[in-house]
Amino acid sequence: MTAAATTPREGAGRDRVTGLLRKYLIVFIFLGMCALLAIFSPDHSFLKPQNLINVVRQISVIGLLAMGVMLCIITMGIDLSLGSVLGFSAVVAASLVQQPAWKEAIYPGLQLPAIAAVLAGLAAGILLGGLNGMLIAGFRIPPFIATLGMMTAARGFAYIYSNGRPVSTLNEDFLFLGKGDIGGLPVPIIIFLTVVVLMHLMLTYTRFGRHIYAIGGNEVAARVSGINVGRTKIFIYLISGMLAGLGGVVLTARVQSATPALGMGFELDAIASAVIGGTSFAGGIGTVWGTVVGALIIGVMNNGLDLLNVSPFYQQVVKGVIIVVAIIIDERKNR
Amino acid sequence: MGEELLLRMTGISKAFPGVQALDDVHLDVESGTVHALMGENGAGKSTLMKVLAGIYHADSGSIWFNGADVSIPDSAVALKLGISMIHQELSPVPAMMVAENIFLGREPLNRFGMVDRGQMIAKTQALFDKWGIAINPRATMRSLVVAQMQMVEIAKAISYDSRLIVMDEPTSAISEREVSHLHHMIKSLKESGVAVIYITHKMDEVFKISDKVTVFRDGKHVATIPAADLDRQKLITLMVGRELTHLFPKEDVAIGEIVMSVRGLTRIGVITDISFDLRRGEILGLAGLMGAGRTEVLEALFGVTRVDAGEVTVNGNVVHIKSPSDAIHAGMGLLTEDRKKTGIMGALSVRDNMVVAALARFSPGGILRPGMIEAAAKAERDALDIKTPSLSQLIKNLSGGNQQKVLVSRWLLTSPDILMIDEPTRGIDVGAKSEIHKLMSGLAKQGKAILMVSSELPEILGMSDRVLVMAGGRITAEFSREEVTQEKVLEAATLVAPAA
Repeated sequence: MTAAATTPREGAGRDRVTGLLRKYLIVFIFLGMCALLAIFSPDHSFLKPQNLINVVRQISVIGLLAMGVMLCIITMGIDLSLGSVLGFSAVVAASLVQQPAWKEAIYPGLQLPAIAAVLAGLAAGILLGGLNGMLIAGFRIPPFIATLGMMTAARGFAYIYSNGRPVSTLNEDFLFLGKGDIGGLPVPIIIFLTVVVLMHLMLTYTRFGRHIYAIGGNEVAARVSGINVGRTKIFIYLISGMLAGLGGVVLTARVQSATPALGMGFELDAIASAVIGGTSFAGGIGTVWGTVVGALIIGVMNNGLDLLNVSPFYQQVVKGVIIVVAIIIDERKNR
Repeated sequence: MGEELLLRMTGISKAFPGVQALDDVHLDVESGTVHALMGENGAGKSTLMKVLAGIYHADSGSIWFNGADVSIPDSAVALKLGISMIHQELSPVPAMMVAENIFLGREPLNRFGMVDRGQMIAKTQALFDKWGIAINPRATMRSLVVAQMQMVEIAKAISYDSRLIVMDEPTSAISEREVSHLHHMIKSLKESGVAVIYITHKMDEVFKISDKVTVFRDGKHVATIPAADLDRQKLITLMVGRELTHLFPKEDVAIGEIVMSVRGLTRIGVITDISFDLRRGEILGLAGLMGAGRTEVLEALFGVTRVDAGEVTVNGNVVHIKSPSDAIHAGMGLLTEDRKKTGIMGALSVRDNMVVAALARFSPGGILRPGMIEAAAKAERDALDIKTPSLSQLIKNLSGGNQQKVLVSRWLLTSPDILMIDEPTRGIDVGAKSEIHKLMSGLAKQGKAILMVSSELPEILGMSDRVLVMAGGRITAEFSREEVTQEKVLEAATLVAPAA
């Protein structure tokens, strides 16, 4: 079984070309954007390796969140709490790796290895994400509402935990996760790519992955087919929360401090990435590669509009238009 | 009151994909009369009435109403003409109060252009007083029981001061006392010159209240006869009176030992005291009219819904089925009634749709074995002759018959002993129908036990080794293949069930 199992319809011979064009439309759009930027950016600076690495580094955190929310959307759900969960996980993780000598640390004198902070960040995400799943599967609260509540509450937890102050002055070995590189490749990118590969394997080659698509394809039919829909959903939101936790760790290490407001609004870019990448709110459709391309489009768009000196005000408008156009294309494709 | 012609529908035809729901149908209704429409499920009664109420648009035909040719593009126009309809499926807004539901879409306004609640409530109260309905207009709709909701719907239809009121099975959800109340209301409506078109499955009602009866069969008008000239037997003959075709090739199969026995299966208010045995190689038909509780029996057996009482034994062991996954482990499979809504996963490929119930088999340790899946899916495609350009094709692009075959293969891959099939051939064309029937016959030959629900009498008669008939949530009759006839089934299906 390959990704073909979930990609849009295959052309029947005569319209194979149109089929191919449709199927990879988003990739063509992405390549088109890159080509335009390569030509029109001053000094062709877009194509410089440093710039390209920058683009990917910038989307690595959004990309992690997009992977999670993609799972939710495939099952006709949503996770609005990602940005807040990221914020909470960030302050929790950072609080464990502040320099022992720093007087204003949350736990002064505490000395723990970086891995403890990573695990704590993941655990915080798993906890809140699992709670989302429990609310959705156990109490049958619509995902939009459950995660909207969590979005507000988790942000509150972040402020309470950090006492409203940035958690800063972090150990160097922890900061390596955000600033370091291995063989020239920044660590955040390595983490992102690892998650991408794991997610792809999970969705395509495991029973759990098939269950996710089956639930999105037809929840009642999935239940009648013996799939434990509730348990699957709990795991989906738990994974989504965990990836937000991981995003919190990486982002903190990159900006060298965790503020309780970290990641505010990130869920929207994550949702946009998944949707631009072809994940369908009608359920059952969505691929890791599509979502990666969706995130890249957002990254390239941000980067390119900067390079072209477009005012940030206009950038927002352009981004909004692209999201809506992507949905329109998606709707027509599924008709 | 005069009995002049009020409504004349002529040459009405309406096709849905794969079905000619109405074929050149005509109907005359006089004012001040009650006109009953009779026919089996899918005979076209409701479709014709939906055309009249502007919900469906006929492909051809004309409607003459109250002295003029009319066209009815939507229900607002129908209401304006003086035609109101009580739908089979209730459509109240649960969060609103009773009075608001009655005046939905025509709320009285005060002089500031705001909704005048007081007037609405007063008018509703007056309406209820006039017709002897004891419901508080201020109560929220959701606080009412179904029978009360039904009375509100009836009052609403009357409140339009219509010349013609269509009642589509108004008594399917209300008790004896309310039925007789409704019959009184119909009588006074009749006396005031209103015409009532009454759709029901209950024969006794037909003879009690109607002046004329029109019978439909397979989308065609069969006869219109004064009720006084009819009796139960005659009516049943008119309703079924068709030649049995030989589309149904159930082969004789040696019937083996009991695979499943069900005793006293009950879900309060839905199904009552269902007991039967199912044997290897047998096709057991479950017949009955819509709402008789057939689908509910399958859902209860398969763990889709909970049960309140009863014992199920599979291969000699008592099983406790709490979820579909338990049922699958016990060796059951369930092909649901509504292929689109609860069967296919439209956005997924044929291959994915096939293996979804048997994934555990193809993923030891949770990891899929694409090779195994591919081989199994190919084998099923060839064995069932499923026509698809490739296994990666999305199932929604297949024809209804081929979709159904994919769903059959979904369950065959779980190697069940017992296959429950709800409406095996609904909405698929004749050729594919006969293929599905051959397939079922073949499965019985392999020793599978099949429990089949069908609303098509020829299918029940042609395919079943034994037939159970349900009415009102109970089994009302059992017939062997030799003794079963359409008349007997319909007779048992229209029995008024004893009060629960």
